[in-house]
Amino acid sequence: MNITAYVVLSGILFTIGCVGVLTRRNAIVVFMCVELMLNASNLALVAFAKQHGNLDGQIAAFFVMVVAAAEVVVGLAIIMTIFRTRRSASVDDASLLKY
Amino acid sequence: MIAFWILAPIMVIAALGILFVRKAVHAALLLAVVMISLAVLYAGLDAPFLFAVQIIVYTGAILMLFLFVLMLVGVDASDSVVETIRGQRVMAMLGGLGLGLVLVIGLGQITLGTAVGLDAANEGGNIQALANILFSRYVFGFEVTSALLITAAVGAMVLAHRERLTPKATQQAQAAKRVQDYAEKGTHLGPLPSPGVYARHNAVDTPALLPDGTAAPSSVSKVLTARGVVRSAPALAEDIEPFNRQVGGAAHAGGRDAATPASTTEPAPATGEDDQ
Repeated sequence: MNITAYVVLSGILFTIGCVGVLTRRNAIVVFMCVELMLNASNLALVAFAKQHGNLDGQIAAFFVMVVAAAEVVVGLAIIMTIFRTRRSASVDDASLLKY
Repeated sequence: MIAFWILAPIMVIAALGILFVRKAVHAALLLAVVMISLAVLYAGLDAPFLFAVQIIVYTGAILMLFLFVLMLVGVDASDSVVETIRGQRVMAMLGGLGLGLVLVIGLGQITLGTAVGLDAANEGGNIQALANILFSRYVFGFEVTSALLITAAVGAMVLAHRERLTPKATQQAQAAKRVQDYAEKGTHLGPLPSPGVYARHNAVDTPALLPDGTAAPSSVSKVLTARGVVRSAPALAEDIEPFNRQVGGAAHAGGRDAATPASTTEPAPATGEDDQ
């Protein structure tokens, strides 16, 4: 069995996540796109673990999941705090430091 | 491999949907489709432990957290279509297209040969094999992970916690404030008017009518107004017009004519003025 198709799918999903981060304005949707990118990289890691016949790739994917969980918790808390003070979840509205 | 060819198009379509749907809740549901499909792919790639973790941690915990925050942030937090940087959307699309082409063509051209397969590595079971590596070679990373998780938990608590700076208003203080508002600004003392209760229609999305026939915006929930689903009350009585004319309801007609222009579904900016 060949894992090239898995890696190509992972690349496509990563690209879609990337475009989502660049184009969407809602902070929560931007965050979901970051999650999509992390998931895409996980798929590549698991596929390469199968290719090379050892489990290091699966361990790496597991660590990525742990880091993603921690990141989501803190990130959503930040979004909540920003929404509480500015009544908006748009990434364009939090631009006070620009000036 | 059959599962892959079935799930891959579904995943790509769902992921593309995240880019184009307007509501964040729909994006979260599409992300759930992608994540569950990924879990099935992990099962096909000899990773039963990651299959379970993907469903429990990602779909179960992380996506639920997303939906929680979406509910807290509210229904009207939809995406704005205004571009703050001109041409940014087009540039992002072009850049993404370029990246996608480079990745797909580049990855499609490499030859990896046949996979070694995990049958030897998963000899005594996938979970046992993973635990052997995790608690020997990667034990330091595992310990660091625990520090990271504790830091994240404390950070989330600090960020989400709000210190109460003023004492909580008691019922007595609220009543006194109401009476004071009535004395100073003339705000109505009693409760807000209830939404439309009519002979043939009774629903919370229909505003009550004031004696002069205009709609009372304070009688419908602000959430419904934000969603734009408030109905017009006089329109519900359109078909009784002929009967009204037959019985000669001339006295009634004046009130209904005055009501018709006020039957807008838009929220009035000054909600408090209506219930004076």
